[in-house]
Amino acid sequence: MTRYLPWIGGAILVALPFVYRSPYPLHILIVILIWSFAYTSWSVMGRFGLVSLGHGGFMGVGAYVTALLWNYQGMSPWLGIPLALLAGGLLAVLVAYPCFRFRITGHYFALVTLALSGIVLQVITATRDYTGGSLGYTPERHQGGSSLWALQFGEKTTWYLIALAVWAAGLYVWYRVERSMLRLALEAISEDEDAAAATGVHVTAEKLKITVLSAAMTALAGALYCQYQMFISPDTVSGISVSLQMVFAVVVGGIYVSLGPTVGAVITILLAEVLRISFGTRAVGWDNLVYGILLVLFIVFLPKGILGSLLDWHRRSRWTSS
Amino acid sequence: MPVFDLFLLEALINGIFLGGVLALLSLGLNLIFGVIDVVWICYAELIMFGMYGMYFLYTVYHVPIVLAAAVCIIGVGLLGVLLHALVIAPLLGAAPINQLLATGGVLFFLQSAATVLFGVEFKNLGLRLPVLKVAGMFISYSRLLAFAAALIGMVLVYLFLTRTYTGAAIRAIAQDRQIMPLMGVNARRIYLITSALGGALAGLAACLLVLQYDVHPFVGLSFGPITFLICVLGSLGNFGGGFLAAFVFAEIISVGGLYLDLEWGYVFAFAFFIVMMFVRPEGLMAKRS
Repeated sequence: MTRYLPWIGGAILVALPFVYRSPYPLHILIVILIWSFAYTSWSVMGRFGLVSLGHGGFMGVGAYVTALLWNYQGMSPWLGIPLALLAGGLLAVLVAYPCFRFRITGHYFALVTLALSGIVLQVITATRDYTGGSLGYTPERHQGGSSLWALQFGEKTTWYLIALAVWAAGLYVWYRVERSMLRLALEAISEDEDAAAATGVHVTAEKLKITVLSAAMTALAGALYCQYQMFISPDTVSGISVSLQMVFAVVVGGIYVSLGPTVGAVITILLAEVLRISFGTRAVGWDNLVYGILLVLFIVFLPKGILGSLLDWHRRSRWTSS
Repeated sequence: MPVFDLFLLEALINGIFLGGVLALLSLGLNLIFGVIDVVWICYAELIMFGMYGMYFLYTVYHVPIVLAAAVCIIGVGLLGVLLHALVIAPLLGAAPINQLLATGGVLFFLQSAATVLFGVEFKNLGLRLPVLKVAGMFISYSRLLAFAAALIGMVLVYLFLTRTYTGAAIRAIAQDRQIMPLMGVNARRIYLITSALGGALAGLAACLLVLQYDVHPFVGLSFGPITFLICVLGSLGNFGGGFLAAFVFAEIISVGGLYLDLEWGYVFAFAFFIVMMFVRPEGLMAKRS
């Protein structure tokens, strides 16, 4: 039964927009799926102790490169998105290679990557003549906002299916990493770099692989967010608060389980929406207030996150009963 | 092209003043890191609360400014103690990255608490200090004051650390966290004192920054990251390194901001940081092993 569960769940998710067409819940679902994918991308490397606070930067690169290429070069996102992924990956190599080469780990790594998200934010703000600065940026609409060439769709259903496919692909990558030699190598590295190197693991190369993978996925999330929302601003797709938001959602959901980031995205986005609907503009700030407290409580009491702890508990109760 | 560029000189001098304040910021963070081995990601948000404290005491309740500053310094010091007791102490045995993330949660909390309590409007002290005109250059009095106060603050901390018994205990704990408790130093007490001192330095920085900048809930993001970078560049926990790095960064920001926009100054500073990580990954002052 458990073997078929993902397929049944997947089928229900695919069928959903054809049965239930209400635009607002569909919008929330799309946003949840896109952010789930971004959070999954973060956790692909975050779970190995490579805590990056620079993923806001990769997301910003993904979003802005795609939008700028479209507006200035008329380059279709079909070509622009791969270029954006390439840019995100290159940026990751540029920053991560010296870090790994010179064994900058732990909080040093977190702070260096924090600098990265700071740079991306400031570059976007400083080049305001091209990027609109902190006022935000909008990709130009093509043929009334519905065109396959421009990857712009008026239909929420189309976007839902795209986001679902990308999210599922993200989970697939997570599983592939889980079953690869890379994971064993990285787990060894996160335990003890010297011991891992002594047993023949190429520490720098392995870490770099996972970082580039994670950065490119995050850039894709940024590009997707840009194409769906048709509006990006440095504060919503890049910068330190986005980076922290990623870490937060993943920690709450569960960093070591595949669906943890998704659970984190569902919780954080629903919490924000519920607060927004029930309190309106008075709710400004309250969602982050709750997040902040929750993040501290989770790290202190439930470092494995909601889903991780639930699965642990489930597993333990099964062992004791059999 | 004149040999002696007055604007450049002005930028350099302003850079030195900015460096003083940045050095003060990094001193508090370095102290916490050096002694407790924790990075307070929310350090700049403590400063933001101090700035709000100054605004309310001085502008709204008309408390004399020196008294307001004293209250702020003590108040933010207490916030530091609270932060340590409530968040850091339960996590002392956990992975360092968890402590960093927990203070990230506090960052969210403080930012949004300020949004909820004080609103998102920019507030300023409404106090305009005169601008000094020296040899055709404009030098802001508030910056000079900030620089001087930052230097005095740093000297006081230095004297405290080197000339008092408690200061010696703090330095000893920073050197060896395992052995010192066996030598009869109460580590918990030292951690609390250090947190209070770190908080008080944030409070002092708040009093100085509020003279120059408007306060709003997200003001911490504009100088928080730069403070961390300074500490990393100067090797976390190394006071001298942090001091030097603060001035290097301030000059880059100030001179970069002269030729292009202020944001470019920050971009250059960040880029310089990343380049330095290639060149000297252990930080500016580290001895090569």
